[in-house]
Amino acid sequence: MAKSPQEEHPQKAFGWAARDPSGILSPFHFSRRENSPDDVTVRVLFCGVCHTDLHSIKNDWGFTKYPIIPGHEFTGIVTKLGKNVKKFKLGDKVGVGVMVGSCRSCESCKQGLENYCPKMMFAYNSIYHDGTKNYGGYSNMVVVDQHFVLRFPDNLPLAAGAPLLCAGITVYSPMKYYGMTQAGKHLGVSGLGGLGHVAVKIGKAFGLKVTVISASPNKKDDAIKRLGSDAFLLSTDPAKMKAALGTMDYIIDTVAAVHPLGPLLGLLKVNGKLITLGLPEKPLDLPIFPLVLGRKLVGGSNIGSMKETQEMLEFCAKHNITADIEMIRMDYINTAMERLAKSDVRYRFVIDVAGSLSE
Amino acid sequence: MAKSPEEEHPTKAFGWAATDPSGALSPFKFSRRATGEKDVRFKVLYCGICHSDLHMVKNEWGSSTYPLVPGHEIVGIVTEVGSKVEKFKVGDKVGVGCMVGACHSCDSCADDLENYCPKIILTYGATYYDGTTTHGGYSDVMIAEERYVVRFPDNLPLDAGAPLLCAGITVYSPLQHFGFTKPGMHIGVVGLGGLGHVAVKFAKAFGVKVTVISTSPSKKKEATEHLGADSFLVSRDPDQMQAAMGTMDGIIDTVSAVHPLFPLIGLLKSHGKLVMVGAPDRPLELPIFPLLMGRKIVAGSCIGGMKETQEMIDFAGKHNITADVEVISIDYVNTAMERLRKADVRYRFVIDIGNTLKAA
Repeated sequence: MAKSPQEEHPQKAFGWAARDPSGILSPFHFSRRENSPDDVTVRVLFCGVCHTDLHSIKNDWGFTKYPIIPGHEFTGIVTKLGKNVKKFKLGDKVGVGVMVGSCRSCESCKQGLENYCPKMMFAYNSIYHDGTKNYGGYSNMVVVDQHFVLRFPDNLPLAAGAPLLCAGITVYSPMKYYGMTQAGKHLGVSGLGGLGHVAVKIGKAFGLKVTVISASPNKKDDAIKRLGSDAFLLSTDPAKMKAALGTMDYIIDTVAAVHPLGPLLGLLKVNGKLITLGLPEKPLDLPIFPLVLGRKLVGGSNIGSMKETQEMLEFCAKHNITADIEMIRMDYINTAMERLAKSDVRYRFVIDVAGSLSE
Repeated sequence: MAKSPEEEHPTKAFGWAATDPSGALSPFKFSRRATGEKDVRFKVLYCGICHSDLHMVKNEWGSSTYPLVPGHEIVGIVTEVGSKVEKFKVGDKVGVGCMVGACHSCDSCADDLENYCPKIILTYGATYYDGTTTHGGYSDVMIAEERYVVRFPDNLPLDAGAPLLCAGITVYSPLQHFGFTKPGMHIGVVGLGGLGHVAVKFAKAFGVKVTVISTSPSKKKEATEHLGADSFLVSRDPDQMQAAMGTMDGIIDTVSAVHPLFPLIGLLKSHGKLVMVGAPDRPLELPIFPLLMGRKIVAGSCIGGMKETQEMIDFAGKHNITADVEVISIDYVNTAMERLRKADVRYRFVIDIGNTLKAA
C-alpha cells in the first residue's frame, strides 16, 4: 500500500497544499527525502506566487495530482549538504525555480538545455527519479539536487528577487534566444502582470525601446512612470493600434487568457517575432496570411536552462532588477489566489514563508 | 475617359484574360508600354500555371480586377533592351516571376527583399508606377524592369524551368532563410503539388533527409522513387505520425487548405521550425503548450527577393533541378484550371505560349 505523504520520506516537512480542484490551500504535513550525495537542503525564506500555481491548484490544465504544494520561485538558506556537494556551503543564499530534475542524458540535457528535456521534473506536481511526488516551495524546507539550485548574488534581495526564478527567466531566455538584445530595436510587451513587468525592466536594461500593449488603460501610468516603458498602447483603441502597425521588431506576449494573435502580428515589422509565453487553456487562432506576407514568426519558450537562469540572476543583480512585489503571510494565500485570478496585484505576491509559516 | 486595354500603350499585345469571377479565360487584345531605359522586353515562350492564378481569376481573395491576364512564371527570349540595361542583351533567355516593381527605398528593398516591400507591384492584377494595370504571362510579349528579370542558365530547359520563378523561389527562400540546408538535417515537406515537389528536389540537393507528409497514400511511390524523398508519412495515419514525432528539424508546409497544425508541430524536434508557404484563408488553431514545451516556431514566407531568385535559378541550373510539368496549348487553359482545382496534375501545367498563342 502506498505510504502517506508524511511517511513517504525520513525528513519531516510542513507546508500548505490544495487537496481538490477548489484550489483552497491549507496546512499539510508531509516529508522530504534524505539528502543524497548531490542534494542540498534549502530552508525556504520566501516564495513567489506564479499564475501557474493558480492554474495548477485548480487543475485548469487537467494534469494535477492532488494533494499539491505549489511554489517554484523560492529563495532561502542552505542548511544541509549531501557529501558530494561542492557548489554550495551552509548558509549560502540560494534559489530554486521551476525545475528540480532532468534525465541528464538526452540531447537537450547534454547541451545544457535541461528545460527542454522530455523527462524534465518540475518543482511540484511531478514525479522524481525515486518515483515519489515533488512538493513545491509553499513549505518550510526543500531538498534539491545541487545542479538545480542557483546562487543568489549578494545584492539581489531574496524577497523581491524570488519571482525572477520563474517570471524572470521565462522572459529573459526568449529575449536572448530570439535576438531581442540589439539596443535601439523596438520591443512590445503584451500584458502587464508578473511576466510583463519584468520583461519591461529587462528590455530597458538591454537598451530596447519598449511599448507596453494592454487592454487596461489604468496600467498606463505604471508602465511609463513606474516601470520605465517608453510608450503605452491601448489594444482596445483601433486608431492607436492602426498607427502602430508594422513598428515593432519583437513582441513578448505574456497574456494567459485566450486572445487574438492577428492584431499583435500586425504590430510587427517584416521579419518580426511574436513570442507567446502565456499558457491559455485552449489553442489560439493563428491567421496565416500575416505570417506569410511579412515573414513573421510565432515562437514559444519554456523557462530557461540552469546556466541561463544563473546568468539572468547575475544580469538582474548588475542592473538592479527585481520584481515589484506584495509580501503576504502564508494564511493570506487563498485571498491572494482570488486576487491573482482578477489580476489584482502589482505584480507578484511573495509569501514570507519563514516569517509566517507555522505548524 | 479611360483608354481601352488596346489603346493604353503604344505596342500591341495579345493574350488570354479572365473577364469575370467565373474565371473563364478567353482571347484578349491589349497593349504593352514602350521599352523604357531600364526595361527588358521579351517574346514569351512558356508560362507556368500557378495555383495563385486560379485563385485570382475567380477573385477568391477579393482583390481581382477584370480583365485579368494571369501568369507569373514567364520565360522567353529578349527582343529589346532599354538604353540603361546592363545585365541583358537581345537573344538572352530570361524569366519574370511574381513581381515587377517595388518602392526601392524601404528597409526590405534595401535588403534585396522586394517581396516584403509594402508597395510591391505584382506581375498581374496590380497597378504599375504609371497608373496602368499590370498584365501577366499568358501573353505573347512581356516587359519588365531589369531588376525584376532573371537570366536562365543555358542548360535549364525553359518549359520545365518556368515554374521555378514562383514555386521554386517560394520554397528555396525559406529553406535557406530558416537554415534547412545543413547536411544531416531532417526536413518535412507537407503537400506534394507544385510547391511540394520542387521543395523535395531542392532539399535533396542541399543534402538533407526529406520526408514527404501527405494525406494521399497513393503519392508514396512518386515521392520516394521519382522525386527522391527519403520517406513518406501519411498524415491521417495516427501510428505513422506518432512514430515520427520529434524527428524533424524543420517542415515546409505547402498546403493552402485549412488543416491542423498540432500534428505537424508534434513532428518537430525541440527548437524546430514549421514554415507556412501556403496561405489558408481562415486562421488555423495554434496549440500553445507544444510550442512552448519544445521552443518551436511557426513562421511564414512569401516568394523571395530578386537577388535570391537569381541565386535559386543558378542553383537549379547547377543541380539540374526543374519542375515536373505537363505542357499544354493555350486553348486547353480552362480545362487545365479545372484539373488544377482537383489537384489533377503532376505537378505544374506550363502553357506553350510560343507555339500555341496566336493572335486572331
